[in-house]
Amino acid sequence: MLSVRGLDLFYGDAQALSQVSLEVPKGEIVAIVGANGAGKSSLIRAISGIEPASAGEVLFMGKPIGKLAPHEICDLGIGQVAEGRQVFPTLTVEENLEMGGLLPRARASARDRMAEVYRMFPQLAQRRRQLAGTLSGGEQQMLAIGRCLMGNPELIMFDEPSLGLAPLVVQEVLHAIRALNEKGMTVLLVEQNVAVSLKISAHAYVLENGGIAMSGRGSELLHDDRVRQAYLGL
Amino acid sequence: MSRRGIALLGGLAILLLALPGVANAYLLSVATLILYLAYVGQAWNVMMGFAGQLSLGHSLYVGVGAYAAASLFFHFGVGPWAGLWLAIALSVALGCAIGFLAFRFGISGVYFALLTIAFAEFVRIGFDHLQWTGGPGGLFLKVAQRDQIDLANFRGPPEMYYYAILCLAALAFAGCAWLLRTKAGYYWQAIRENEEAAQALGINTFRWKMLAVAISSAMTAVAGVFFAFYYNNLFPEQIFHISRSIEIILGPIIGGVGTLFGPILGAALLTLLSDGITEGLAAMGWEIPGVKHVFYGVVLLAVVLFLPNGIWPPIARRFGLRR
Repeated sequence: MLSVRGLDLFYGDAQALSQVSLEVPKGEIVAIVGANGAGKSSLIRAISGIEPASAGEVLFMGKPIGKLAPHEICDLGIGQVAEGRQVFPTLTVEENLEMGGLLPRARASARDRMAEVYRMFPQLAQRRRQLAGTLSGGEQQMLAIGRCLMGNPELIMFDEPSLGLAPLVVQEVLHAIRALNEKGMTVLLVEQNVAVSLKISAHAYVLENGGIAMSGRGSELLHDDRVRQAYLGL
Repeated sequence: MSRRGIALLGGLAILLLALPGVANAYLLSVATLILYLAYVGQAWNVMMGFAGQLSLGHSLYVGVGAYAAASLFFHFGVGPWAGLWLAIALSVALGCAIGFLAFRFGISGVYFALLTIAFAEFVRIGFDHLQWTGGPGGLFLKVAQRDQIDLANFRGPPEMYYYAILCLAALAFAGCAWLLRTKAGYYWQAIRENEEAAQALGINTFRWKMLAVAISSAMTAVAGVFFAFYYNNLFPEQIFHISRSIEIILGPIIGGVGTLFGPILGAALLTLLSDGITEGLAAMGWEIPGVKHVFYGVVLLAVVLFLPNGIWPPIARRFGLRR
């Protein structure tokens, strides 16, 4: 569904990504793991069009999207749940959700989708009139996911969904991601938390210094000695 | 809006409408100044308070608006109702030029603010050398016959200017209240809160930021036209000066950035208190030039220290009002 081919990204002179290629097949969870500064967030920013890549191409459902603006890419059906949740703190939960449903592709079905989000995350329904800034970290993550779903995406990119959350809440978030996937959502999961993301992903890529160092089935990488030493401390 | 809010607004409206009947000329001029600052503050608030784009060069739009309408009137006898459109067009064009440069090339925050100052300074120096508008010597409009109202040329007694700026301030208030509830208002708030998240939701941030700049500069240009015909003289060194830009933003900052009542409350408090202090000191025999600016500094410090969201939000909470 999404293919990235030979992507290079520079911030000024500093190269953040070099020759990154990867495939995200429809209906799967693909994980990108790597340490801080490996280029994980840069990759998401390049795919979503926020940072223009200097070389390489990104294809979404066979269509090149490298030259499109971020809002156009969203409207093709690539949603993202940004790092650190990024809800709008002074707007209510419901307003945050509405904001997610304003894309042209999502506007008509926004009502139904909101009901679906509330079904999926009942805590959000209870707090619909509350300001998003007053929610707990886990609830904000649910809200960020819900807001993304409001845009009717075909593919969701998660950037560090476990960041700053308690272990129990991390489990809850991963459970939600898996549940979405079981309903057919394609997921690109970018995580520092290597163990959990390898566990739930079908396929994974290891990013080091801006390049793909390894790739393989999640379960294989989980048992790979190099990965175990470098990322799992075993 | 709550019943309390409506009562408050109604009371305020009656007070403001009746004011020329009871106030002397001095008080009326202070009230006109307050409403003028409230109006421009409201205009600035569209950009900063709603969309989160900090402009420190709003004197640019006041000045361009003022000079456009005044020079049309001065040179060709074209009245302000026609000049208004030129004023708006020029200001919006300049605002959009600044916005385009900044937003296209990803200049934001403090750097955007610097760009707005640079443009204001650049245009100030330009007008200093533009002989057609009198250069540094200033542009003077013939002082109006104060006893008869000439609406077509916007000349008349102080009461007419008072009601005109009252109308503008009320329209700006209502317009901003409406804007906040439109799609644009929500997009602006999303951009203000978190531009990257807004972008990730598929909001074309460039377009909506440009819209905020256009609306804000158009509103400010109207204030410029008012300024020109009320004060009748324009000097580049004064109207484009950065202290004018600061004066514009003090009201909303002290009252509450992003709120609807903040600019009005801030302008009223600042003007009343600073004029009160100046007058009070003068009554005691102390004429201290510049005491007003010291006072501005002290108030600004106090607000930043104790009420970083401005004066209005805690009042609104206390009395159960929105914004």
